[in-house]
Amino acid sequence: MLYREVGQFKTSYVADEAIFPIPLDRWFVIGLTAFAFLIVPLFAGQYFYAEVLIPVLILSIAAIGLNILTGYCGQLSLGSGGFMAVGAYAAYNLAVRMPETNIILVFVFGGLMAMLVGILFGLPSLRIKGFYLAVATLAAQFFLEWAFARVKWFTNYAPSGSVAVGRVEFFGIGIDTPMRIYLFVLAITVLLALAAKNLVRGRLGRMWMATRDMDIAAEIIGIRPWHAKLSAFAVSSFYIGVAGALWGFLRLGSWEPLAFDINRSFQVLFMIIIGGLGTILGSFFGAAFIVLIPIMLNQLPAWLGIPLSTATISNLEFMIFGALIVLFLIAEPHGLARLWAIGKEKLRLWPFPY
Amino acid sequence: MLGPFLETLIGGLLTGVLYSLVALGFVLIFKASGVFNFAQGAMVLFAALSFARLAEFMPLPLALLLAIVVMVALAYAVEFLVLRRLVNQEGIILFMATLGIAYFLEGFGQTVWGSDIYKIRLGLPTNPIFLFESVFPGGILIDPSELIAATICGLLVLVLALFFQVTRVGRALRAVADDHQAAQSVGIPLNQIWLVVWAVAGLVALVAGMMWGTKLGVQFSLSLVALKALPVLILGGFTSIPGAIVGGLIIGAGEKLAEVMLAPVLIRTFDLAGGGIENWFAYVLALVFLLFRPQGLFGERIIERV
Repeated sequence: MLYREVGQFKTSYVADEAIFPIPLDRWFVIGLTAFAFLIVPLFAGQYFYAEVLIPVLILSIAAIGLNILTGYCGQLSLGSGGFMAVGAYAAYNLAVRMPETNIILVFVFGGLMAMLVGILFGLPSLRIKGFYLAVATLAAQFFLEWAFARVKWFTNYAPSGSVAVGRVEFFGIGIDTPMRIYLFVLAITVLLALAAKNLVRGRLGRMWMATRDMDIAAEIIGIRPWHAKLSAFAVSSFYIGVAGALWGFLRLGSWEPLAFDINRSFQVLFMIIIGGLGTILGSFFGAAFIVLIPIMLNQLPAWLGIPLSTATISNLEFMIFGALIVLFLIAEPHGLARLWAIGKEKLRLWPFPY
Repeated sequence: MLGPFLETLIGGLLTGVLYSLVALGFVLIFKASGVFNFAQGAMVLFAALSFARLAEFMPLPLALLLAIVVMVALAYAVEFLVLRRLVNQEGIILFMATLGIAYFLEGFGQTVWGSDIYKIRLGLPTNPIFLFESVFPGGILIDPSELIAATICGLLVLVLALFFQVTRVGRALRAVADDHQAAQSVGIPLNQIWLVVWAVAGLVALVAGMMWGTKLGVQFSLSLVALKALPVLILGGFTSIPGAIVGGLIIGAGEKLAEVMLAPVLIRTFDLAGGGIENWFAYVLALVFLLFRPQGLFGERIIERV
C-alpha cells in the first residue's frame, strides 16, 4: 500500500535514469543520510562511535571496493588486507614527508597508490581465473605484508616497526573528537558509495558484470577483457586503499603491518558474502553484521553472568563465528541484501498479498 | 659451496614433502566435489590436537585409531550438516562455507583439547645423519624424522593411487571427479562419495598433522601450514595428485634456497630489517609460474565454449 510503483509515471529521461526511480526509495535514502548526519550525533556515545559506527563505515568502504571486484567483476580476491595496507602506508608516507598536504589529498594519494599496486597484482587475472586467481591474490597479501614489515623506508625508519600519525586536520579543523571523526568518515563514505552506485550502473559496471557472467561471451560482443578486469582491479583497490588509509589514520592512529594481515582480507570477504555479492547496499549490511557479531559475542558471557576465561571466550568466539557463517550461507546464500529485496517485494503487495 | 647448497636443497625437498601432504588433502576434495576446502589447515590442526591429547592417556596405536574415528566422524558431520545443504551453490559460497568450518574447527579444537603447545612423540630417531662426509667437509646434515616423513608420504601416495585405480569406491570417486551429473545418473551416490572423500582427506590431514606436530609441536600455528600448501596447489594444479607432490618439492626446495641465496641480496640492496621472505616467495614463484601455465603443472586444461 505504501510502497509501490503503480501510478508513478516517468515523464523525462532524467527521471527514468535516476538512481532511485521510486520516490519512496529516494526519500528513504535521503532520510537515512540526514539521520546519520544530524540525529545520530545527538545521542551516540564515545564507545558507540569508536567501536561501532566508525569501524562499520570504514569497513563498508573496503567492502564496496571488494564487492566491485568480486561481486561485480567476478574476480575472487583474498588480498584486500594488503591493499588496505598500501593505502595506509602510502598516506602515512605522504603525511610524514610533506606535512603541509591537505588530509583529503593524503587519503586520495593512499587510494591512488593502492590502485597502482592493485593493477600490478591484477595483471595475472588476464591469464588465470577462479580459485587459481584467489590464491594468486594471496601473493599480494603476503608480499605486501612482508614489505611493510621489512622495508624500513616505508615506516620512515621507525625503530619499533610500527608507525603513528599525529593530529589530523581538515582545513584547520582538528578531526580529533569521535564525533568529528564519525562525521568526516560518514561524508567520505556517502560520497564513495554514491560514486560506486553510479559506476556500477554505467558503462563500466555493465562491462564488469558481462565479464563476471561469462567472460568469453563478453569478449565476443566487444568488451575488452583486460580493460574490464584491470579497471575493476583499479577502482576496487582505490576504494580499499582509501579505506585502509582511513582505518590507519582515524581508527587506529598507530599501527603495524599486523593490522592488515590475512584475517583482515577474510573479514572483508565475509562482509561481502554475508551482505550480498554484487550489491552496494549489501556491503553496508555485511560490514555492520561482521563488526557487530564479535562485539555481541564478547558481551554475551558477561550479560548471561557466566564466568569464562579470556582464552575460552576467544575460542568460543571463533566457534560461534564460524558456525554463524555456515548457518547464514545455508539459510540465505545470497546475503542480507537479498533478504532486504525480498522484504521490499513483500511490502509491495502488503497488505493484500493476492 | 656445493656442500651447503646440497644440504639446503635436500632440507627443502624434505620440507616440501610435508607441504605436499597438506596439499594432497586439498586436491582430494577439490577433485571429487569441486570444493576449495580452506578448512584443510584447520583439519590438520584438529587431527594433530586430537592425536596428541589422546596419546597422553593411551598407547599410540589406540590413540591413532581413536583419532581416525574422530576424523571420520568429522567428515560425516561436515557432509551432513554443511555440504548436503549447500548442493548446487556456486563455488565461492562453498569456499566461504569451508572458511566458516575452518574458524569453527580452530575454536572447537582448542576448546575441547586445550590451546597449549603439545608434543607428539612417535619415537622417531632425532639424531641428525651426516651423508657424504668423505666428499664434502662436514658432510650433509639430514634430519631422520623428515626422511621418515618423506617415506610415509610416498607410501601414502602409493596407497591413495592404488585406492583410486583399483577399488570400486576409487573408480566411483574418479567418476564423480569427472562429471557429477553423469556419475549420479549411473547410480553413484554423491553424498556417500563426498563422505568418503572428506574422510580420506581427514586421514591425510591426520598424517600431515602427526608429521608437522612432531616437527613443530602441536599448536595453533599448525593451521597456518595450509597457507603454505596453497602455492603448492596452484603450482601443481588443483586436480592432480602427482602435481601436489611435485609442486611441494619445487616449493620446498625453492623456498629454502631463496631464503639462503636471495634474502641476503635483497637485504643488502633494499636495506631491509631482516629477511623472512619464506612467507611470500612460494606465492610469487607460483604466480610467475601460472603466467605461463594457467592451470598449473598437471592441472586439467580448461577448454571453454560459449
